[in-house]
Amino acid sequence: MYNTIVMVKQVPDTANISGKVMKDDGTVNRSMLPAIFNHEDKEALEMALRVKEKYGGTVSVITMGPPRASDMLRECLYMGADKAYLISDRKFAGSDTLATSYVLSKAVKRVGEFDIVFAGRQAIDGDTAQVGPQTAEKLNLPQATYAEEILELDGDKIKIKCAIDGGYEVLEGKLPLLVTVVKDSNQPRPFSAKRTMRFKNAKTLLDIQKMSDENSLLTLQELVEEYKSKNLYIETITSEDLTNLDAAMLGLHGSPTKVHKVESVVLAGGKYEKIEASKDGIASLIDELLNDHILG
Amino acid sequence: MPNFFTENSDLQFHFNRLNIQEIVDIAEDNYEEAKRFDYAPSDYDDAMENYKKVLEIVGDISGNFIAERAASVDEEGAHYENGKVTYAQGTIENLEMLSKADLRGMILPRRFGGLNFPFSIYIMAIEMISRGDGSLMNIYGLQDIGDTINKFGTEEQRAKYLPKFCTGEHSGAMALTEPDAGSDLQASKLHAYQDENGQWRLRGVKRFITNGNGEVLLVLARSEAGTKDGRGLSMFVCYGDESVKVRRIENKLGIHGSPTCELQFNDAPAELVGNRRFGLIRYVFDLMFRARMGVSAQALGIAQQAYEEALKYAKEREQFGKPIYEIPAVVNILIDMRVMLETGRSLLYSAGYSVDIKEKLEEKIGRMKERGESVAEETKRLKEATRIANLLTPMAKYVLTESGNKITYDALQIHGGTGYMKEFNVERLARDVRITNIYEGTSQLQIVAAIGGVINDIMKNYFDKKAAKEYKGALQGLNNYLKQIREIFYDCLKYVVDKKDTSFQDVAAKDLVEIYIYLYVGYLVLEEAEENERKVFIANRYIIESLANAKKNAESIKDELFTDLLHADKILI
Repeated sequence: MYNTIVMVKQVPDTANISGKVMKDDGTVNRSMLPAIFNHEDKEALEMALRVKEKYGGTVSVITMGPPRASDMLRECLYMGADKAYLISDRKFAGSDTLATSYVLSKAVKRVGEFDIVFAGRQAIDGDTAQVGPQTAEKLNLPQATYAEEILELDGDKIKIKCAIDGGYEVLEGKLPLLVTVVKDSNQPRPFSAKRTMRFKNAKTLLDIQKMSDENSLLTLQELVEEYKSKNLYIETITSEDLTNLDAAMLGLHGSPTKVHKVESVVLAGGKYEKIEASKDGIASLIDELLNDHILG
Repeated sequence: MPNFFTENSDLQFHFNRLNIQEIVDIAEDNYEEAKRFDYAPSDYDDAMENYKKVLEIVGDISGNFIAERAASVDEEGAHYENGKVTYAQGTIENLEMLSKADLRGMILPRRFGGLNFPFSIYIMAIEMISRGDGSLMNIYGLQDIGDTINKFGTEEQRAKYLPKFCTGEHSGAMALTEPDAGSDLQASKLHAYQDENGQWRLRGVKRFITNGNGEVLLVLARSEAGTKDGRGLSMFVCYGDESVKVRRIENKLGIHGSPTCELQFNDAPAELVGNRRFGLIRYVFDLMFRARMGVSAQALGIAQQAYEEALKYAKEREQFGKPIYEIPAVVNILIDMRVMLETGRSLLYSAGYSVDIKEKLEEKIGRMKERGESVAEETKRLKEATRIANLLTPMAKYVLTESGNKITYDALQIHGGTGYMKEFNVERLARDVRITNIYEGTSQLQIVAAIGGVINDIMKNYFDKKAAKEYKGALQGLNNYLKQIREIFYDCLKYVVDKKDTSFQDVAAKDLVEIYIYLYVGYLVLEEAEENERKVFIANRYIIESLANAKKNAESIKDELFTDLLHADKILI
């Protein structure tokens, strides 16, 4: 039995960029882009679900994001996650990888006992690949990055196949540890029809708040209890639920990274030269490369 | 690739106007199962929300997974080695995906692991899966076998066979056709007998059996020695174990992913399903309703994809300095295709509804009888519903599969020489759709099945009501066209009936049925045009063209050209 926690992220669909996507403060204007489940995180969830299928245990997913990230958490439940947590607070807005990993590390502890923390290698919005490793550092966990497959789990030992340039390596490690997963390693399973029907009305605290503000006769607490009793409550973690938070480490304040400008760069083709496929041709090419200081 | 559900606006249009409350209420038996299954709906709206969510899953898998594998499945095909059938790699992956999504028992009861969805929703799923890969439907759609076992088998048989259908561990085959019994199933010879222990056993050969390598086989066999017609045939279920040998698989024009098997039953142990002698006359006829709807949806899905490919190509391909989309003759073909597609879909869902309501009334009557309630009212409704389903099912199969062929043919034409090459998808679609107007009853047999209802004008009251309605603005003009078609119909009907010549009636049947189809579909689309402005274009082209076609049908009934059939031997040298 292994309990796993998967860190997932809802990201803007950068394949469909249009309009003014960057805000003046250098952060992404999310409302301009459709939000999707970051693909490598979905693969991380798949890897966690396979661990559960093979060895038993539970799979919890956590995400830090705005209220609408609850869509993605429901999708995690449709795929097979046992529990989902939304970490959301205005104080967390504008976080870079440092501030994000700080909150995530606190949230992982809050979720409970675990053997493995999974995350996608990187999110398609920032492409930093930093949050996984930074979270591991803060949790003082060993880490295996660029994982393609878990080959074996035995007691507190794990054997993982990880991608490296031009091939792969097999690592052995000791639990608990953090694993980041690369794309195309596992075909994520589809949403299960039964689980989708079962969890389609699962709601976070923020969803329920919205409902109760709009038109409910029940109080927020009553509504939350109702959703809990039906097993449709998505646990929602705010700054108040996390202990020992240093306010200076949160949100825009706690984020040393500032993006000043994002530009779409189109690489234009330059002139080209045809080199004869002969000894002389290649010799003249090498000469030229040496002269240009590209070689040597 | 897009989601084949959320990004198909016509499918969305139809889903959003579905009015299947009575069907769902009966299927859910007053939503009793919500207490036992956490995924069962608590009311009609909840059920519709469930269907929508699940169709989104089907649309995603079909568009983003199945469609990506279609070309390789076609290329590799199912294979046969040493008596064993193996699916193409893509087919294996597709089935696994559908199983993981819990979609393999969509129409089967929850207590065996199914979703208990109504047929109206199932045919939408079939359409999308077929759009992804036509050949996959032949395996996926065989959950019909489970449905037949569910309807006519014992509870013991259900418990034995259905759970593995729902998980996808088992697939099935409907073993009806034999070398000498194709369209004429009454001629089936496969021998069923009871051995000394009373165990039923099957001996003989079945041919052209789709997915005959499946684990569970539903077999039509002659249980009454000495009989020659349909009344001596019974339905059996057996496992496709070592007592059933796959002798070969066919090398086909299309649907390469679906293995078409020749089966040899070597005293295979089998169980009787339902009553003896009812095999053909009751059970096969019954399963044909669903099988024909399934094939119609398959043709529609393939046609939808062909249309999409043609539209995309026409917009991208430039000739004479502009996209060929801007050439009137080309865009005219595209509009014709689109009209066929949308009017076909309207007919399919209407026919699907008729099958659904018939089956649900049967279910309801069964339950009421168990409770000892009077079923007079329901029985009357069932009789009427069956008459309508008996007409609309063959009409839909005829229209959808013929127009599916026409649409893929035109899609290939729009691609020009490129379409003839394997690099593009359209040639595969044209090959795959070709079987749809042949299997589960040829188009010619659909006419035979429909002509009775047409001659008896069973939709008379329905058409009266529709004709009497006042339609918005210009749509009233289309109603007038339909009234003209109706006059043509009565004129032709009288002509045919007065002749009192059965062989003349035989050849005139196609024209008569077609005129009836124009009327039925015409009123469907007229109704839709009242709800949706864009549909006015569809209704306009369909109805005006139908009037021209009806005149042509009338002409060919009355021009007595059929008399040359008497001289066939002189003509056909």
